[in-house]
Amino acid sequence: MRSRWSSSSDPAADTGWTDAPARKGFFTDSSICIGCKACEVACKEWNGIPEDGLQMLGMSYDNTGGLGASTWRHVAFIEQPRRATGAPGLTPLPMFAATSGQNSPAAAAETGIRWLMSSDVCKHCTQAACLDVCPTGSLTRTEFGTVVVQDDICNGCGYCIPACPFGVIDRRQGPPGARNVGIAQKCTLCYDRLSDGLTPACAQACPTQSIQFGDLDELRVRAQRRVEDLHAVGVADARLYGADPNDGIGGAGAFFLLLDEPEVYGLPPDPVVTTSDLPAMWRTAAIAGATLLAGAAAAFVRARP
Amino acid sequence: MTAEPLPGAAAGMPQRRRRGGGGRSGERLMVPPATFASYYGRPIVKAAPWELDIPAYLFLGGLAAGSSLLAAGADLTNRPELRRVARLGALAGGAAGTAALIHDLGKPMRFLNMMRTVKPTSPMSMGTWVLAAYGPLASLAAAAEVAAMLPRPVPIAGRLLALGARPAGVLAAALAPALASYTGVLLADTATPAWHAAWRELPLIFAGSAAASAGGLAMLGTGVAQAAPARRLAVGGAVLALTMEARMGRSMGLSAETLRTGKAKRLMDASRALTIGGALGTILFGSRIRGAARVSGAALLAGSVCTRFAIFEAGQQSALDPRYTVVPQRQRLEERAAAVADRP
Repeated sequence: MRSRWSSSSDPAADTGWTDAPARKGFFTDSSICIGCKACEVACKEWNGIPEDGLQMLGMSYDNTGGLGASTWRHVAFIEQPRRATGAPGLTPLPMFAATSGQNSPAAAAETGIRWLMSSDVCKHCTQAACLDVCPTGSLTRTEFGTVVVQDDICNGCGYCIPACPFGVIDRRQGPPGARNVGIAQKCTLCYDRLSDGLTPACAQACPTQSIQFGDLDELRVRAQRRVEDLHAVGVADARLYGADPNDGIGGAGAFFLLLDEPEVYGLPPDPVVTTSDLPAMWRTAAIAGATLLAGAAAAFVRARP
Repeated sequence: MTAEPLPGAAAGMPQRRRRGGGGRSGERLMVPPATFASYYGRPIVKAAPWELDIPAYLFLGGLAAGSSLLAAGADLTNRPELRRVARLGALAGGAAGTAALIHDLGKPMRFLNMMRTVKPTSPMSMGTWVLAAYGPLASLAAAAEVAAMLPRPVPIAGRLLALGARPAGVLAAALAPALASYTGVLLADTATPAWHAAWRELPLIFAGSAAASAGGLAMLGTGVAQAAPARRLAVGGAVLALTMEARMGRSMGLSAETLRTGKAKRLMDASRALTIGGALGTILFGSRIRGAARVSGAALLAGSVCTRFAIFEAGQQSALDPRYTVVPQRQRLEERAAAVADRP
């Protein structure tokens, strides 16, 4: 297994793929998400994901809650109290300003509330902690640069779950008799569809093109332009999340345009792949082991039999 | 994942931390902000899906490792009683620990898939290989003790076991330091806030705890005459574990809170009391009064159990509360921004 501690923008080639296609990814532009959850449904349908609870969570219009073993797309829905007049971020988006919909200035002034919606998904990190710590080799890097669980190999050790800095992957708990119960599950970026030149189900189903699929390089350029456009029309809080190849995970394969701090959407503000500290951890373990060995030897020195 | 009701849901609106505004880059945040934003109080990272099998394994694996070191030393310095107890302890700890690990898998029948690959980036992979090499060696050494305890000598196998026991026991002892300390890396190499924040101390705490528990078990089962090395190992291990726990409390930052609240606090307090009491009892009475040595040994064993469960519990709690993920990361970002702003 080759070391994954080095940073690279081409994870497929790093893993040993030759003639790999361009790295694929998602750009999820939350500024045009309408919270319809078509992505959640399409994902479940295409990937044959079992039902995982039909509860009312008592928070906003989101009853999915978060990503998990049987939820590979999750639409966060945030109802936010209006901030002081003139605060950045409250500016209504220009595409709605002309209409008199929910997000119009009039509506915002009336209700004192704004809605933020964003479809969350596995980030397919350049430096993926889940993949690093997987002891069976079940988690692999595909030729598209994505990270995928091999269902027939995973033995459900669960190590990837606390390793993920985003809390994406989880072990499927049920229902009894469902496929892949007991093993780790997450978004595959529709590996099967990609292999046949198709667009992933969520992006295909998205009615507003909030979820955009394509070559990562191109998506990053497009996203940068979108942020600049939004800034130009006064949406000062628009920012990209996961698009920087120099961040703690080497950049995400699935990145986002957000209208508030990441933690408002349930995303970590500064995620770092835990294995970046692993060499130092192994050194500490070596010191601990040497201390134990020396201590045990010393315990027998000059102790009379 | 949507099944359980949400602990933070009652908070209603997503909480807001103070807005940084334009002045953010100039100021350095020395204390964590009182408020922070989250998505309806829901966790960001996921807690490990591990049951109590895993903290039990942390203890049992450490007990086995420390016992193998004692057994090899006792073998080489001619202390047959200590050797027997330690070898049997190593077998019991190793076997029960391995069973716990397999039981915790989502697909226990697939446990052999662990042997598909060798990955230095995965502490669990490295630990599996160490355990796979250690297990048969420790078992062989213990089998020789069992054969020797039988009423009638086993004809050929007994002779072979007696010949193989010493090399096997010494090799098991050579692997023992790795077995005792890798588990610290296993926990630390995660995004679980309290575990990752303690990466500098966890391997040392676990090594110390392993020594204390193995010494404790040997004191429990061996007469005071042969148990002198066990007493020394136990006291040394207790001192190492306690010192490193104190350092951990200072170096972890915000997530150290999780060791000071709730069940983790109760376990940590118990661990400290039992370990200190056991070590003091060992020093004061261990070499003279058999009963006191036994009580001290049992206290050290229980202390080691509590240490492992306390640290496990603290990590799980730190994963459930988004505060421990958001606040330190925010602080890191603000420090970085301040460093950029300070640059001439």
